Amino acid sequence: MERTTLDMWVGAFVVGGLIALLILAFKVGNLSGYDGSETYKVYGEFENIGGLKIKAPVKSSGVVVGRVSDIQFDNKSFLAHVEIRLSKNYQFPKDTSASILTSGLLGEQYIGLEAGGDEKNLKNGDKFILTQSAMVMEQLIGQFLFSKANDEGGDKKTAQGGNKKAVVQ
Amino acid sequence: MRASHIKEQILVPAENLVEISDLNFTYGKRPILKGINMKIPKGKLVAIMGLSGCGKTTTLRLIGGALKPTTGSVKVAGKEVSGLDKEALYKMRRKMGMLFQFGALFTDLSVYENVAFQMREHTDLPETVIRDLVMMKLHAVGLRGAHKLLPSELSGGMARRVALARAIALDPMLMMYDEPFAGLDPISLSVIGNLIRHLNDALGATSIIVTHDIQESLKIVDYVYFMADGVVVAEGSAEDIKASKLPYVHQFVWGEIDGPVSFHYPSPPYRKDLLLESVNAA
Amino acid sequence: MPHRKVGFGLRSIGATVVNGVWRLGYASRFFMMTLISSGASFRRIHLTIREIYFTGVMSLIIILVSGLFVGMVLGLQGYETLQKYGSESALGSLVALSLVRELGPVLAALLFASRAGSAITAEIGLMKATEQLSAMEMMAVDPISRVVAPRFWAGVISMPLLAAMFSAIGVFGGYLVGVVFIGVDEGSFWSQMQAAVDFRQDIVNGVIKSVVFGIAVTAIALFEGYDAPPTAEGVSHATTRTVVTSALVVLGLDFILTVFMFRGV
Repeated sequence: MERTTLDMWVGAFVVGGLIALLILAFKVGNLSGYDGSETYKVYGEFENIGGLKIKAPVKSSGVVVGRVSDIQFDNKSFLAHVEIRLSKNYQFPKDTSASILTSGLLGEQYIGLEAGGDEKNLKNGDKFILTQSAMVMEQLIGQFLFSKANDEGGDKKTAQGGNKKAVVQ
Repeated sequence: MRASHIKEQILVPAENLVEISDLNFTYGKRPILKGINMKIPKGKLVAIMGLSGCGKTTTLRLIGGALKPTTGSVKVAGKEVSGLDKEALYKMRRKMGMLFQFGALFTDLSVYENVAFQMREHTDLPETVIRDLVMMKLHAVGLRGAHKLLPSELSGGMARRVALARAIALDPMLMMYDEPFAGLDPISLSVIGNLIRHLNDALGATSIIVTHDIQESLKIVDYVYFMADGVVVAEGSAEDIKASKLPYVHQFVWGEIDGPVSFHYPSPPYRKDLLLESVNAA
Repeated sequence: MPHRKVGFGLRSIGATVVNGVWRLGYASRFFMMTLISSGASFRRIHLTIREIYFTGVMSLIIILVSGLFVGMVLGLQGYETLQKYGSESALGSLVALSLVRELGPVLAALLFASRAGSAITAEIGLMKATEQLSAMEMMAVDPISRVVAPRFWAGVISMPLLAAMFSAIGVFGGYLVGVVFIGVDEGSFWSQMQAAVDFRQDIVNGVIKSVVFGIAVTAIALFEGYDAPPTAEGVSHATTRTVVTSALVVLGLDFILTVFMFRGV
């Protein structure tokens, strides 16, 4: 085999491999919508985070606006302490509420943000005032049975858990 | 590089290029060489002869530094080979050429690249100079026209000649041939024999041939060491060997079937192996 | 006499273990020598380029064809399973994640071992059997730096590229079956995939895996060839051992790497 033909083949091979890597990074992976440096941190405290994981998406109106960067358990308040990195491109009012939601029936869990009406925006290091925990299947079923029992007892009062508004969804 | 190479050759004080004294070598627990003494004078063509497995090739490998002696010494150009570190050994090997039993050509390189191999590895010569040198070496073995062929396209004799051209690529001071005549037709045999003699004289080199082809080698060599079972049993010029009355040498030279070297591999009594004795016993 | 058989059995187990440890030590020394003598592979880059041609480019066809079919099968099987839960749209993420994290690096490494690894072993083994390596040494050229190291680096460079191509064409195969033939929604196929596949977590880890596999397979192939007894039988056994050992080592390493990379995240 001639040296030059051989070099050409190897060159084409390396270029092909790199193109495959780029396809994986941009078309298959999420590198395109990912800007690492331009973020700010906010925190939220949740009673129960369910199956939320680090790197889970943070969405508002269905658009990914950031990612969960850290999850810890607070020893004093006995709450889950979740750190979120939001993209600088997206600003939210101070009274924005954060809830842990599930995509689809068995999908992964993410944090949904719902903007409030405050004039001031969230800054780096701020904390969500309103948070809503993940729904837990056992509690849901428990409540459902409880409300059923109430219905049958003639009491038409709808039973909804205090902070478990998640049932409504 | 060439200049220093010649200078060093002149500087070597001893008359003998290779000196082997009291050399012992054991492989595992098996003794291969038992007290060998040899002197290879500069400019001469010396043969080491003997039956297969008598330690000839081992001796060659010890001279080349591929093996280390158990005891005793091997000196090439006044330097103890086993005392050299890798760098010094490689430096010495650049002045040695070795022809392997079946040529050992690099099968993935063309004839041209095989001969050019050492020049590319050890020198920074420009391509035009390398080309001229390769053509000169191939011309010397009569295969200039075959430079584009691959080793797989060569006959056994041609491959041996290409390997020879490769071995002399850097004009070595010491040439070693391991069974250069093995498996060649009569014409190739004479061609290789003549080439070995002529190259030795033309290069001013010293050559060692390890062989059991007595008729061909006795035509060309200056001196012969005769080995059997790890010791030198006879030495002398070609005429001395031919005239030797030693039964062992006599058997070897004249190719007799029985003699000191028995036809049979050591074995128990024939009757016992045919189960005759056990039948008798029962 | 049973106690004699037991004694023999124990002895042979002991001999196997000792022999294995000895070979492992020899292989490690060989590996270190290869790394130390790697200078020439980069100074004279055409030596390595030549070997990339023989290991990488020559493995291309089998890698691409296998990748396409694996992706298509994943698309088909994934669809069959996912549609039971009404989540066909997750097909993209299923295909991409399984390829990028596991199947791409592992299958590419297994194919590489049987295509390029066995060729390397046979070539080096035959070079040894025909005394080409001894001849090289007698010409004051170190065979490890001239023959072994360029092949090693060629393997290490080729492997991740081949694995990436395997994954990429596999995703295309999944797309072909899922979207073009079956009719899963194209938008959700890609978007679910992009949402699920993380660059750092999945793609970079996949590449790291394939680099590790490349090192392992090439080193095994080279060692088996270099260590092969110089006979036809010895070389053929060494070639078989290359494929078997590489497969076991790749699968074992894959488990270990997966534990470190994807557990608890």
